Amino acid sequence: MHEMSIAVSIVDIAVKTAQEAEAQKINAITVELGALAGVVPEALEFCFEAACKETIAEGAKLELIRLPALAKCTSCGFEFETDQFLNVCPECKAQVLAAGGQELQVKSINVD
Amino acid sequence: MCDTCGCGEHEDKITYQRPGQTSHSHTHTHGNHEHTHEHNHDHDHEHDHNHNHDHTHPHDHDHGKTIQIETDVMQKNNLLAERNRGFFEARNILTLNLVSSPGSGKTTLLEKTIQQLKDEINFYVIEGDQQTLRDAERINAVGAPVIQVNTGNGCHLDASMINHAVKELNPAANSVLLIENVGNLVCPSLFDLGEAHKVVIISVTEGDDKPLKYPTMFRNSDICIINKIDLLPYVDFDVQVCKEYALQVNRRLQFFELSASKGEGTEAWFKWLKERLHSE
Repeated sequence: MHEMSIAVSIVDIAVKTAQEAEAQKINAITVELGALAGVVPEALEFCFEAACKETIAEGAKLELIRLPALAKCTSCGFEFETDQFLNVCPECKAQVLAAGGQELQVKSINVD
Repeated sequence: MCDTCGCGEHEDKITYQRPGQTSHSHTHTHGNHEHTHEHNHDHDHEHDHNHNHDHTHPHDHDHGKTIQIETDVMQKNNLLAERNRGFFEARNILTLNLVSSPGSGKTTLLEKTIQQLKDEINFYVIEGDQQTLRDAERINAVGAPVIQVNTGNGCHLDASMINHAVKELNPAANSVLLIENVGNLVCPSLFDLGEAHKVVIISVTEGDDKPLKYPTMFRNSDICIINKIDLLPYVDFDVQVCKEYALQVNRRLQFFELSASKGEGTEAWFKWLKERLHSE
């Protein structure tokens, strides 16, 4: 469950930014999460609520922007979106590795 | 109860202890501090309401204010990992991060490596486990300075734990620092510690399709050790298939096939370690 330390990092980044902006409360935190970032969205959502407790982000909403990985077949050139690292090309059945999908970034916060 | 400050043991506390020590140091995670600052000044809020209606009040706090951040969540860990890496490079300390499932033979491999090479190489070891000093005691018994990091509920080591442990261990220049991560094929793959190489260990009592099931760990490693090869006659594990799967995930992987407990195949590993240290 490394999602707990990830959730704590997300809240730390958000709280630090909010305090610098002299905000009193964080309403929402928007996070970009790639399909191959190694983070289970449901586990992150579960941990997020606990990580927000007793901070100015308590009760904040986690808005996840989920990004797919991309795969381009080296045999036939077909491009497709995927959430797996190893893929079979839907066109020519060759084996294709995905690229990208590693995003794990706090995009923005909404504060009062 | 901790001897140093009298605080109680909490499972979410990280402890650092060396065999034979009665006290230990620890770090607490203070991620949830709240500070309330009283201040009176005009807020320079920018409200961008993309709808047209008359406001009868100056602020509509339901909408709040959006602040763009665009900060990588792993940034703090990665920056600290780079600081660790700089320290290791400056002192020519070859640092390896050993990762695997529990029970693949990481500690046995460390014991045998230290026993075999301790006259030629200064070894230091950081042991990561959720609980107990057992692994550190095994390393201490073969004569290498060791510190045990107990992560409590944590499933991985991170760069700040290594930073703290290295300060206590104080490894000498031109040495090898072996970090035995918490036994887990998932979480440790995401946390850079500042190592020169991640070494993934798989034993033949596991499935040969593990590289496909846990691709992130194999993709992020440079070295793959296939351990317990003395058991191959008794298990349904195809070394070639396992290597092919691992290479599908990561073309750069370099393999060592060995039995840490019986010694078979360990010469190539020892040779690589010596050459790698002196090539720094």
